[in-house]
Amino acid sequence: MGKTKTDLTWQELEVGAAIITPGNAVEYKSGDWRSIRPVVDKNKCIKCGTCYIFCPDAAIYETAEGFFEADLYYCKGCGICAQECPTQAIEMVEEEE
Amino acid sequence: MGKRIGLEVSLSAAEAVKMANVDCIAAYPITPQTHIVEHLSELVNDGELDAEFIPVESEHSAMSVSAGASAVGARAFTCTSSQGLALMNEIVHIVASMRLPVVMILANRSMSGPISIWNDHTDVMSIRDCGWIQVFANSGQEVFDHVLFGYRVAESRDVMLPLIINIDGFILTHVIEPIEFWEKEQVEQYLPDFKPIHRLHPDKPVTMGAVGLPSIFSEAKVAQDEPLIQSKSTIISAWKELGDIVGRYYSPIETYRSDDAETLFITQGSYGETVSLAVDELRDDGISVGLIMDRLWRPFPFDEFRKATGRAKNLIVIDRAISYGGQGGPLAIDLRSVLYKEKNQPDIVNFICGLAGRDVNIQDFKNMYHKAMHKVKEHPREEDFEYYGVRGK
Repeated sequence: MGKTKTDLTWQELEVGAAIITPGNAVEYKSGDWRSIRPVVDKNKCIKCGTCYIFCPDAAIYETAEGFFEADLYYCKGCGICAQECPTQAIEMVEEEE
Repeated sequence: MGKRIGLEVSLSAAEAVKMANVDCIAAYPITPQTHIVEHLSELVNDGELDAEFIPVESEHSAMSVSAGASAVGARAFTCTSSQGLALMNEIVHIVASMRLPVVMILANRSMSGPISIWNDHTDVMSIRDCGWIQVFANSGQEVFDHVLFGYRVAESRDVMLPLIINIDGFILTHVIEPIEFWEKEQVEQYLPDFKPIHRLHPDKPVTMGAVGLPSIFSEAKVAQDEPLIQSKSTIISAWKELGDIVGRYYSPIETYRSDDAETLFITQGSYGETVSLAVDELRDDGISVGLIMDRLWRPFPFDEFRKATGRAKNLIVIDRAISYGGQGGPLAIDLRSVLYKEKNQPDIVNFICGLAGRDVNIQDFKNMYHKAMHKVKEHPREEDFEYYGVRGK
């Protein structure tokens, strides 16, 4: 169920609530689940990409400078990146709002 | 007219499944369903039926395979009883929500415990609210006809829901009856090929059975219940067309000597024929009594029941299942709801009987009539139901 699908009436659903537009999971904002957020200390980051490999939601992307950042639209704040970072460059901080 | 032969009801049911030209049979043997799937495995093995017969390791897999087969566009059949139904329970609900038109014969048997292999309706009532269309057959011929009817209704474009045919274990499954087979041309005329609305295919990917978040779940449930409610018109027209082709006309409820009756028996399944004989004997004694047999269980035929019971003073509802801690059996509970808003409500006396295949004969039903009349006169509305024939009660 994508983010644009939440206002459908029951008559507008496909038979059996099937999803007929492949790949629309990308629309779903799993970032809503997050209570803590990864913050990267670029002084400690060695651009190894370990966080990128371990992220279970493929929410981490490589920036133009070669650093790795979490896309907060998808990041659920699980903290695996911070746990796996070999230089402890990632800190999980509380979401304030 | 098709040939009429004497055959065990289970074997004739399997022959009907063959005539429906199913693509996939996934089943696990359990008494009293066994003869149906055994015969189907023979038909597939002997090359008489071109279908996949998948001898699964459990009923949970039987229903899972049937779901998968139906989802890719195959006509799927399965069959079980009692504990087998309990084991497939999870997927029974999923198949309805995914709107997959699987047809299942349920050879009705008690839910254990105590352990029982014999017949009553406690198995189907445990999944009353599973979202399948549910019918009860009263004879072997009805079983045969309703296999073809089942696919016709389930696969209708505006229905697309799974369907259960309830047949009483042993009482129906293991008796030999004269069965009139359909001609091949009649089947072709009545039952078109299965054309799914959505199917799993690499050329046009779809997702079936996805998560439904709170924001969409209620809409998905209404989108499931509405077509079940509305399916009654398709069911009635499919019965009409069946009658026009083979000459046997069915309806949501069937009445017997009921028009002027002060008291009406109400039954489900094979007890109807026994009660009809009790009605004849009571009529011979000058007693105004009739019978309504419920064939369609879900969607429940509210209007038909209101109309048929409108002039009766008393209803004797025969239930073969228990709603533990509730107000009697499931059929009586629904009938009370149907009649709640009526001005002239009849007295409803509910008997729970025939559990685990205990014999209930003509004399028993006559006894129930007299017990009911006594109760209505002496203790109206005192108790909601009675276990009939239980020692110590």
